[in-house]
Amino acid sequence: MKFGILINEGPYTHQASDTAYQFVKAALAKGHQIHRVFFYNDGVNNATKLTDPPQDDRNVVNRWSELSKEHKLDLVVCVAAALRRGIREDNLAVGFRISGLGQLIETGIQADRLVTFGD
Amino acid sequence: MSEEMSESGVVKKFMYVNRKAPHGTIYAQESLEVVLVAAAFDQDVSLAFIDDGVYQVVKGQDTKSVSMKNFSSTYRALDDYDINKLYVQKESMDARGLTEKDFLVPVEIKTAAELAALMGQQDVLLSF
Repeated sequence: MKFGILINEGPYTHQASDTAYQFVKAALAKGHQIHRVFFYNDGVNNATKLTDPPQDDRNVVNRWSELSKEHKLDLVVCVAAALRRGIREDNLAVGFRISGLGQLIETGIQADRLVTFGD
Repeated sequence: MSEEMSESGVVKKFMYVNRKAPHGTIYAQESLEVVLVAAAFDQDVSLAFIDDGVYQVVKGQDTKSVSMKNFSSTYRALDDYDINKLYVQKESMDARGLTEKDFLVPVEIKTAAELAALMGQQDVLLSF
């Protein structure tokens, strides 16, 4: 099955990004495809390369970057939501790209299931 | 992008489920931004307002004193984009002492059961 993923909450405060990450890993392990992971609302904060969590905690942002590299995941951050929150090309983590909301709608059209992680 | 999608001829049923009050969080405003972009994709779009989300389409909103953008008039513009299936959940409306006369756009009042049936017919549900 081809999944689209929508993440609407930022890292650490909320479980959304963690759960989405586990879901994507599990789906890929089962042989499913991930059409795209789209970051919206405070979810765009998952794409900043400036986070620096304590050593004994998971690194939510880097984990996405690594998974993207490993599986050629398309990680897309909504431009309007990103600019509102200070996420721009110059502080974007590896593997993410900034694009428009059209990419979310396109994901809904192309994917067999669009799964939302948020409040 | 929209042309590309039109050419593909895929039309899916998208429902936007709005659950939050309009100005306490950004969800209502950013949901509306998605709906406006979605309008260009020629999909079958509807909006549902449930829980505090019913307040999003209440008329007479005045946000000046809280320095928030009053985007409520945008709901009136949706009809220009052929988005005219707006559903308000009856139980949420009743629980908040609202009636059909309180809304700034034409809406259909649906019970939770009716709305659940409609949700069951959708291809994509986006919940904000």
